Amino acid sequence: MKEFQYTVTDPLGMHARPAGLLVKEASSCESSVKIIKGKKSVDAKRIFGVMGLAVKYGERITVTVEGAQEDNEAARLEEFMRDNL
Amino acid sequence: MNRYKGKSAFPSIAIGKIMVLKKQENTISRTHIDDTGAEIERFEEAKKEALLQLNDLYQKACKEAGEANAAVFEVHQMMLTDEDFLEAVKNIIELQSVNAEYAVSVTADNFAGMFADLDDDYMKERAIDVKDVAGRVVNILSQREGTANHFEEPVIILAEDLTPSETVQLDKEKVLAFVTKSGSLNSHTVILARTMNIPALVSTDIDILEEYNGVLAIVDGHTGHIYLNPDEETLSRIKEKQAGDLEERKLLQELKGKETVTKAGQKIHLYANIGSENDLGYVLQNGAEGIGLFRSEFLYLENRDYPTEEQQFCAYKKVLETMGGKKVIIRTLDIGADKQIDYFGLEREENPAMGYRAVRICLDRPDIFKTQLRALYRASVFGNLSIMVPMIISAEEVTRVKQIIQEVKDELDEDGMKYCSTEFGIMIETPAAVMISGQLAKEVDFFSIGTNDLTQYTLAIDRQNPKLDKLYNPHHPALMEMINITVQNAHKNGIWVGICGELASDLTITDTLVSLGADELSVSPSYILPLRKKIREM
Repeated sequence: MKEFQYTVTDPLGMHARPAGLLVKEASSCESSVKIIKGKKSVDAKRIFGVMGLAVKYGERITVTVEGAQEDNEAARLEEFMRDNL
Repeated sequence: MNRYKGKSAFPSIAIGKIMVLKKQENTISRTHIDDTGAEIERFEEAKKEALLQLNDLYQKACKEAGEANAAVFEVHQMMLTDEDFLEAVKNIIELQSVNAEYAVSVTADNFAGMFADLDDDYMKERAIDVKDVAGRVVNILSQREGTANHFEEPVIILAEDLTPSETVQLDKEKVLAFVTKSGSLNSHTVILARTMNIPALVSTDIDILEEYNGVLAIVDGHTGHIYLNPDEETLSRIKEKQAGDLEERKLLQELKGKETVTKAGQKIHLYANIGSENDLGYVLQNGAEGIGLFRSEFLYLENRDYPTEEQQFCAYKKVLETMGGKKVIIRTLDIGADKQIDYFGLEREENPAMGYRAVRICLDRPDIFKTQLRALYRASVFGNLSIMVPMIISAEEVTRVKQIIQEVKDELDEDGMKYCSTEFGIMIETPAAVMISGQLAKEVDFFSIGTNDLTQYTLAIDRQNPKLDKLYNPHHPALMEMINITVQNAHKNGIWVGICGELASDLTITDTLVSLGADELSVSPSYILPLRKKIREM
């Protein structure tokens, strides 16, 4: 399993649209992708879950990626987040 | 006559008959289904149709109300393809052997509940989106038409709450105002009303009764009131107010899109002074080209304790966003003198105007200053921010402020937070600053002359002492010379200079200020249009 941390720098936080983009990106991964904020952990492939975290600007989240392609996919997701969130 | 109060989204007035938008009968019966496989298939078909409709609505909203208003329908599409949502619906159909309508509405209630419980105002509002999506699917399943509301004459829309689907389907030409019982200033309705320049009240303490249909009402977006069956006196009073609005709008129409420029071709930037975010509506209505002085004190005056970084950030962000790329000059904390705040624990002074105030406090207590600067820089990405520091008397102060700004930026970098570069300026309101303005101009991007304090310090007249009122002459030649020196030194060093005191709105001295070379005048919103007219005639 790969794991990385990310601080949301999008001033709007993870609002509906960026959340949607993230879900789209995560859905294209083979691995199972989870986002953890505090004690809450959600499936990154599901928009209600991701929006339900209500991640705000400056908040830190942990992303876990687990599967055969986890190395590639974790790197790809991290890059995606830096570009979009 | 009955009067109710809500939160106002836009400061204008509407008078007209009420049209009550009733929620469609949403009684959904729960029926037993034997062939759950076929029922799931029926749901899938309805989902497909709903996605097509949402796509159409997105296009329609884009055209009519712009991308910002349309984006909500994209989110609706995502919700309707969310695996959690779809699974929940299918599970209910399968496990309980029930109809798809029932399964969809139960699922929507659950998901809406989740949003409503979140500790985030924006996310709370998304509950209505879930219900809107579900309502669409249920309508398709039961082959019902969506809520269609026809009305011939323009009306005031009164509703429990309005979903994005409902608002996009309204004939915008015939809507005078929106009034809803629930909803917050984050509602879709509010964004739409602002785009349409019509009044809207949300969180209004009114019951939505069928009998209000056709009742004459007034919506006063200045005060946030709605009057039902207004009496003659109220009606004529409000009509007068509305006439004032119209007069202003007429003047605005005349001057709309026109530059504030003298006949000789000298361009003046005409900005507004504001004391809180509540004034923003007036700023926009009066066609200010930006905000020349945003007094940040209100954040401190309204609070019982130091406002947090987050509180300040939200306020600054709102101003920047509302101004949409126009220049916004925020003045850092200016308390002390006539503005006292208990929790600062300031000692009583014999002569507060010359005492411990403004930047003097900020440099003495950098923790307070840094919180404000952090909030300002974080907000800077939302618009065109300039930062201005009051009560400067020396170049050392400017250097020290710039050091602190650099520290704040470094900390933001460490935290991975974005910020934009901003113009940095100072107020020229002490004779000392005027005398060394040549030196100061090398350190900053602009000057803003605060004529109220500059007058009292130059003439040695305490503004609080009514006995001296007759000596208080803001047109005093000494003051004109002060302005002249400041402008000369600014221009020599290639920076611009504005005037943000009361003098700027004195139409009898505008000629002098313009000929002295002021680049910007910042006045109360209500002075913007008369001043623009005056300058254009010069």
